[in-house]
Amino acid sequence: MSERYIIEQISMFCKNEPGRLASMARVLEENGINMLALSIAEANDFGVVRALVDKSDRAKEVLTDMGFMVKVTEVIGVNMRDEPGGLTCIATTLADADINIDYAYAYSGKGAAVLILRVSDTMVAVKAILDAGHELLSRDQLG
Amino acid sequence: MAWNPKIEKMPIKELKDMQFKLLKMQVYRLYSFNRFYHDRMRQQGVHPDDIQTLDDVRKLPFMLKQDLRDNYPTGMFTASGDEVVRYHVSSGTTGKPTLVGYTERDLEMWTESLARALTSCGIGRGDVMQVSYGYGLFTGGLGLHYGAERVGATVLPTSTGNTERQIELMMDLGVTAIACTPSYMVYLGEVAERMGVSLKDDTELKVGIMGAEPWSEGTRTHFRDVLGVEAYDIYGTSELSGPLFTECEAQDGIHVWGDMALVEIIDPDTGEACADGEKSELVVTMLQKEALPMMRYRIGDITCLMEDECSCGRTHPRIGRISGRVDDMLIIRGINVFPSQVEHTLMQLPQCTGHFQIIVDRVGALDSMKVKVELTPEVFSDRINDLMAIRKSISNELKKYLNIAADVEFMEPGSLPRYQGKARRVEDRREM
Repeated sequence: MSERYIIEQISMFCKNEPGRLASMARVLEENGINMLALSIAEANDFGVVRALVDKSDRAKEVLTDMGFMVKVTEVIGVNMRDEPGGLTCIATTLADADINIDYAYAYSGKGAAVLILRVSDTMVAVKAILDAGHELLSRDQLG
Repeated sequence: MAWNPKIEKMPIKELKDMQFKLLKMQVYRLYSFNRFYHDRMRQQGVHPDDIQTLDDVRKLPFMLKQDLRDNYPTGMFTASGDEVVRYHVSSGTTGKPTLVGYTERDLEMWTESLARALTSCGIGRGDVMQVSYGYGLFTGGLGLHYGAERVGATVLPTSTGNTERQIELMMDLGVTAIACTPSYMVYLGEVAERMGVSLKDDTELKVGIMGAEPWSEGTRTHFRDVLGVEAYDIYGTSELSGPLFTECEAQDGIHVWGDMALVEIIDPDTGEACADGEKSELVVTMLQKEALPMMRYRIGDITCLMEDECSCGRTHPRIGRISGRVDDMLIIRGINVFPSQVEHTLMQLPQCTGHFQIIVDRVGALDSMKVKVELTPEVFSDRINDLMAIRKSISNELKKYLNIAADVEFMEPGSLPRYQGKARRVEDRREM
């Protein structure tokens, strides 16, 4: 089932001012939630923090309780070859399937490089990537 | 020097007698010949015979701007169409605009009022007066134009805009006086500086008639010291005719010509008269207007009344500088903005919670308005483009209702202050 490859990302509205990220991080820390990847998109006076965490439902709950505006978003994580050209074939695969990337961020470490993607059609993207022989991060690998 | 010394310096007792007679006549005329006023007085249970003293004005019903809107266009006019010689229209911020009309005599009185006022600021024959208020539907330009012509000044009707040309003409024609908003005066100073012109040293400009926006003593000092302009406050609103009254050279309050207008200061909550000198809501009754004679009109401005004789020798009562609004109305780039309009707009938008804060600031000479809103959690998106589109749509809605561009800033839900009692949703950082 390809649904196991749909990963839940938490997205959070954050005023662009000192201390906001720290308070978010503190809440996650205090609740024993681990972050696997993080990106921040900024727009003038605010930002959107996007993170992959090991317990996304719990993270949403505790952050919402703290007054943050949080949304759980479906993304996919593609295991890339950690070498030149690793991104090329994945991006090409998506382009060939006519899938648009809304945003992406990546991490590289522990022997693997992972590209996290928010795309226009998640299920189609999952299929296209698997069909092309790439490896996707599965949900259980996060938790 | 006074334009009409017999009237302007008449003994206070005689002035009050005159006011009483004029009031009595006006009330009689309105009761007898106009449906709107007649019904209003009947509702209030007051008959013209009840006006026995000047203080009996308090028995008369109040009028609000809403009455003008409800009776748009000419339901409140008390002159027939062929007697009305001019219209002016004030920009409607919600729904309908307000229409005002003048008979020939109304225009004559308006001009007379400004002739007295300009003379009291030392403007007269030999002066060249640049009128940088808007000409057209707005009353400022044409009002000052005719007043200045009446006192024999040479009028330069520049209206608003094309500031560099205004400064060139000011230098070429030896302009000595200007009528404009205080923020435009600031802007003129800045543009002149960029052109390498010092208004103080390179021009003949000495006097400014400043109004349509609130300003302060600090601004007066600034204009005097930096621009070499002695600024006089002017007051009026289109419903009363337009700009009508100014300070005199004593700069100790704005003389309201008693033969034209009867001024009261009331408690906005009870409608009762306030003690002498108390700062509260201004109410004006026009004693001689024919086409649109506002009776106990609640403009919404807060000021105080000074009834003693001024050091200039004029006996007509004075009002102090307008210190605020009863209804939190803001004047931003010359446009009236009510926080309630912002609230009304936001309440209709599902994208925000309805809590808001307005920040008004001045960048250079220009006012800027920012509205902080809380995003509804349901519409929050992880995509920046979605959020930008929401921001744009809120901003467009505000622009549509307010007639003024406002920046929208997103706030986290629950982060804007909640108010138990009277909300203080406006932060005005402008310093004038």
